Amino acid sequence: MPTSVSPGAHSPTAGRVSNAPLTDVTASHSSLRRFLHGLPGVDAVGLEARAASLGTRSIKADAKAYAIDLAISMVDLTTLEGADTPGKVRALGAKAMRPDPTDRATPATAAVCVYPDMVAVAKEAVAGSDVKVASVATAFPAGRAPLAVKLADVREAVAAGTDEIDMVIDRGAFLAGDYLKVHDEITAVKEACGTSARLKVIFETGELSTYDNIRRASWLAMLAGADFIKTSTGKVAVNATPSNTLLMLEAVRDFRAQTGVQVGVKPAGGIRTSKDAVKFLVLVNETAGADWLDNHWFRFGASSLLNDLLLQRQKLATGRYSGPDYVTVD
Amino acid sequence: MASVFEYAPAPESRSAVDIAPAYGLFVDGEFTDAADGKVFKTVAPATEEVLSEVAQAGEADVDRAVRAARKAFTGWSALPGTERAKYLFRIARIIQERSRELAVLETLDNGKPIRETRDSDLPLVAAHFFYYAGWADKLDHAGFGANPRPLGVAGQVIPWNFPLLMLAWKIAPALATGNTVVLKPAETTPLSALFFADICRQAGLPRGVVNILPGYGDAGAALVAHPDVDKVAFTGSTAVGKEIARTVAGTAKKLTLELGGKGANIVFDDAPLDQAVEGVVSGIFFNQGQVCCAGSRLLVQESIHDELLDALKRRLTTLRLGDPLDKNTDIGAINSAEQLARITALADRGEAEGAERWSPECELPSSGYWFAPTLFTNVTQAHTIARDEIFGPVLSVLTFRTPDEAVAKANNTPYGLSAGIWTEKGSRMLAVANRLRAGVVWSNTFNKFDPASPFGGYKESGFGREGGRHGLEAYLDV
Repeated sequence: MPTSVSPGAHSPTAGRVSNAPLTDVTASHSSLRRFLHGLPGVDAVGLEARAASLGTRSIKADAKAYAIDLAISMVDLTTLEGADTPGKVRALGAKAMRPDPTDRATPATAAVCVYPDMVAVAKEAVAGSDVKVASVATAFPAGRAPLAVKLADVREAVAAGTDEIDMVIDRGAFLAGDYLKVHDEITAVKEACGTSARLKVIFETGELSTYDNIRRASWLAMLAGADFIKTSTGKVAVNATPSNTLLMLEAVRDFRAQTGVQVGVKPAGGIRTSKDAVKFLVLVNETAGADWLDNHWFRFGASSLLNDLLLQRQKLATGRYSGPDYVTVD
Repeated sequence: MASVFEYAPAPESRSAVDIAPAYGLFVDGEFTDAADGKVFKTVAPATEEVLSEVAQAGEADVDRAVRAARKAFTGWSALPGTERAKYLFRIARIIQERSRELAVLETLDNGKPIRETRDSDLPLVAAHFFYYAGWADKLDHAGFGANPRPLGVAGQVIPWNFPLLMLAWKIAPALATGNTVVLKPAETTPLSALFFADICRQAGLPRGVVNILPGYGDAGAALVAHPDVDKVAFTGSTAVGKEIARTVAGTAKKLTLELGGKGANIVFDDAPLDQAVEGVVSGIFFNQGQVCCAGSRLLVQESIHDELLDALKRRLTTLRLGDPLDKNTDIGAINSAEQLARITALADRGEAEGAERWSPECELPSSGYWFAPTLFTNVTQAHTIARDEIFGPVLSVLTFRTPDEAVAKANNTPYGLSAGIWTEKGSRMLAVANRLRAGVVWSNTFNKFDPASPFGGYKESGFGREGGRHGLEAYLDV
């Protein structure tokens, strides 16, 4: 459920919360289209230049230690393979709770992310810890299934106790201009999540292709009640990039300024190194701001990233690099 | 819960550059003292620390340097273009190899952030030499007829805002076309030009082809007035530019002037807003606004004024001001006490004339020359801060209602160096660009430079073009 935050002194846009009836926007196909196409355009060159420029920030010493621990705590440790087994999922759960068995001070990851049929196993594996279980749903990753099937997928996962649902939008409908269909589907899934599961909405930015589309999809999902907006499934060629994540951070920032509702952001796929992860945290810090520097509001969808974060963490603690044999492979 | 992500200091190593306690003039391939033995100190504007003591050129030194350049001209201009190109390519490569050293040096002497010297100044300096090296053996095909001839000795006077880049803009086309050079860097930033002299020696450039004379305005005046100088190139203030124009009037000297500006950044209501904010920020806060083509006037369509200003202010709160050597610094020091006084006086005048002043909260270092990023709203064309070049991190915000009004206001200045247009509508962008009287018009970007692109002004912003094929013309007898 979107958490309403009172814009405080830390919010530079405090006081700009408008009472604009954004609900009217979704009243009809044409009003929704007018609204989304009325959002400011995105200049691709400028956006990418800004993301690259923030990528040159030099994060050292204490700042690096802070960023690495924060990044670890934001990882949605993910396994989404046809070959997933209960054993694999249990191992993942153990790793999420204790990423580095040699150093108990290492923070746990935010969540494990699995397919719906593995939710029960995952819940058991992380029982007693703060690690959440996230489940992809709605015929992930293509999303090409009837709505009833998608909703059944969600309900099963929720019934099995998932804390979070990662749904995919209907990119076909979006690209065909049927924004209301996409919106209504998100609303239906949100309803199926009930009050127990937070909803992440995956755009598959690589398929939406343009930055204008990503901005529109962001607002569309937030209007429909998304708790998180997420770049991608990790199953296509182009996944999370600094530029598309920066753009989505601008969207959640502006959405909160306008409605008072804070929405999270999750880049997923393609983030493999600590250096990359730290760059994303810089984007968060200098775009959405400190309010998003928490795993309730920002996540990394990744699998191999965690081990690199752990290696860097060990390096900072001991002054030397260990090696891949000193982090666990689960 | 959420905490604050503070960046630890990340200073670039000062040991990357070895600054000698004293430097001479560079004349005829040798470092020498000034004829009258005068020296001056150059300081780091961020700390007021004395960096070095530099020989101060006077009239006698100017004469000696011009004679050396004249002597070298015979051999240099007789070289085939392919041979001159080799020297220029070599210089470009050495600049790349020594770019970290030069970036640190420039940051120390000028006060600008290392992020800019490293990512903008130095890459552009090398690119400029590479670009004109490519022209040296192709002058027959530059559009000036067969075998265009060089002019002779070029006397060049450059400013302190981009010391090495302005040197590159002046020296690269001069050498490519077969001229020899006497260059006077600004008195507050002589060091990178002297390091460049060393690079000329490293590249084996023949003696006298490049001569560097650190000094003050009197040396510059003597240089442009010297009877054996064939070509004068000046970048700096409009007041000095007018003086130079008077000096060379009635002589055979060829003159190019690149002077002040009061660039308008025009933001239409259909602009890509987040990128426009970035462009406005880089337009006026790049190099602390000490840029002749800065977008120092923001012309925003009235219907999005509040929205844009909110976004702009929010963005300004994230600017990091401080130690220019820190890799995370966005805003460095003002170049000199004199410039700081000028900025301060003009900003105070803006306030006195009734404009509304705003700066983000930011702590200024206790030593050195600093000025917080500042913006003024409720500014009209009648305000001094909308008319005079401030040459500092001060933005004047004005509004317009229609494209016609935007063009009228943008053009309503004695200057005409740069302008920016922000709109997602291509037809409007082209229509407005055609009507702006400014040498450079950027659209949906600002402060983008490329050696292949000519740069120069309309009206009191000067004449002649630097960069690109057009930049060759100023150094050829055509």
